Amino acid sequence: MDLLAFARGAAMQWATTIFVVGVLWRLVGILLLRTKPDLSKPRIAGKWKGLRLIALRSWPRKEFLGGAAFTEVMGYVFHIGFLVALFFYLPHILFFTDVFRGLFGVTFKGIFGFAWPTLPGGLIYFASAVSVAALIAVLIHRLVNPVKRLISNFDDYFSWFVTFAPIVTGMLAYSHIGAPYQTLLALHLLSVQLLMIWFPFGKLMHAFTIFAARGSTGMLFERKGATL
Amino acid sequence: MSATRTIGQRLAEEGVSRRAFLKFCTTLASMMALPPSMGPVMAQAIAAKRRPSVIWLPFQECTGCTESITRSGTPTLETLIFDLVSLDYQETIMAAAGHQAEGVLAAAMKENFGKYLLIVDGSVPLIEDGAYSCIGGQSNVAMLKEAARGAAAIICVGTCSSYGGIPKADPNPTQAVPVSAIIKDKPIVNIPGCPPIPVVITGVLAHYLTFGNLPELDPLGRPKAFYGETIHDRCYRRPFYDQGRFAKTFDDEGARSGWCLYELGCKGPTTYNACATVKWNSGTSFPIQSGHGCLGCSEPNFWDKGSFYRPLATANWGNAQTVGAAAGVGVALGAAAAYAARKRQDRFVKEASAPPPATKQEH
Repeated sequence: MDLLAFARGAAMQWATTIFVVGVLWRLVGILLLRTKPDLSKPRIAGKWKGLRLIALRSWPRKEFLGGAAFTEVMGYVFHIGFLVALFFYLPHILFFTDVFRGLFGVTFKGIFGFAWPTLPGGLIYFASAVSVAALIAVLIHRLVNPVKRLISNFDDYFSWFVTFAPIVTGMLAYSHIGAPYQTLLALHLLSVQLLMIWFPFGKLMHAFTIFAARGSTGMLFERKGATL
Repeated sequence: MSATRTIGQRLAEEGVSRRAFLKFCTTLASMMALPPSMGPVMAQAIAAKRRPSVIWLPFQECTGCTESITRSGTPTLETLIFDLVSLDYQETIMAAAGHQAEGVLAAAMKENFGKYLLIVDGSVPLIEDGAYSCIGGQSNVAMLKEAARGAAAIICVGTCSSYGGIPKADPNPTQAVPVSAIIKDKPIVNIPGCPPIPVVITGVLAHYLTFGNLPELDPLGRPKAFYGETIHDRCYRRPFYDQGRFAKTFDDEGARSGWCLYELGCKGPTTYNACATVKWNSGTSFPIQSGHGCLGCSEPNFWDKGSFYRPLATANWGNAQTVGAAAGVGVALGAAAAYAARKRQDRFVKEASAPPPATKQEH
């Protein structure tokens, strides 16, 4: 079995299995935790208003803007570039479509009535390059800033690496730089699988928990009468 | 048998002009990615050489590779076997048969020992001492070992002799192996393809005649001049891939407009071959130009890499059952973790609310 066959076969199956097990383990574990009984009287009626925090936390308050703007902007740049490359590049779409059809027996078009649109390869490459630049910028910032360096641990750096590697190997595979395409494609797939395996057990899990966490925090704040 | 006259002398006798021969050599040079100035050099070198003896052994194969070379346009099969090489043994196109043919083979090997080129098409079955494919009562594996002893080099024509090909496909009932799995002490060039491009075969022979050695090879033993780039890299539909324009079915508007066939399972991105540049039938067309995706036939184990019509991007991630089982395990683990956390909380609460242990009062 060559490296690409391994990456497309056994490695992908194991990574998918570990990803699914890990994500559901974490999510169900959190959801079934006992909530602490709050015996105090709510300060403000209508706790659902607290969900506004999901949107409000999307940008720092002006008091903190000076210190947080760089990280925020770079975070948005990275995420937008990453999501564009992930969801609008045809090979990725074909993979997701195949998974979707395999799991639910219907196609994306069968449900939504329109095909999943693709973007030109050049645009995907540009989005990936922007994403990589943003990732490098935030890493340098983390290393240079004494406070951030102090509070950073293995999880931060390893999560950065497993995010960085698939984008870079994907760009190399697209442009055929450094090795035969099959090798680069295999490395790209293996790096994605490393991300999938690490995903549930590190900070990357925020992709599933971030909005729920903000919402529950907002509802708690609202109940206590805090200004959101 | 090998002629004693040089190739140049033979060509002159047969009325082949120097201009025509130069044109042929320049064409070969360009196909091998050599500079145009190498055309005359090749012509001079080839013309001065005697025709090398070539022995072609067919093993576990379908004769498609021979069919391919009979359609060689540059040079034609006739030019190849009469002017460039002395094809001393080739079962499909030779007139002799039976003991007469076997005698020709033995004589060719003896007369040109250490100098002849051995061309092999077809894989070599090993099970039952190679009994699944025999010629003249001799197994392919025995025949290969015997012929390889006196060969200057071995050229594996087709994916079967190069990597095992279709006979080696799962479950490989004959335990088929490529030539390189048996012969370890001779230079081997793989010219894979199912079938391979005829010009690639003649190009390798021309290189051998010109330089006296075999061309530079890639890690899979293929000549880099012809297998240095993927079909995808040189495909005329590549701009549509870059633009994100893909045919969704074989007869939709995209297919009729010549859009990329990636979504229809084309294996061009992972296949190294010269189909997109050299093409077939004297440069007429190649499979993608005819509207069908590349099958990846010049790659090892191409038959076992999933459906030809499944896009490359659709990796074998599993199925609904395995993912469902994984989800079940994940939910169970999560529930167990939450249960354990609750029990721990209860224990802490119980311990915290328990009266402190009585201490002895001192009087």
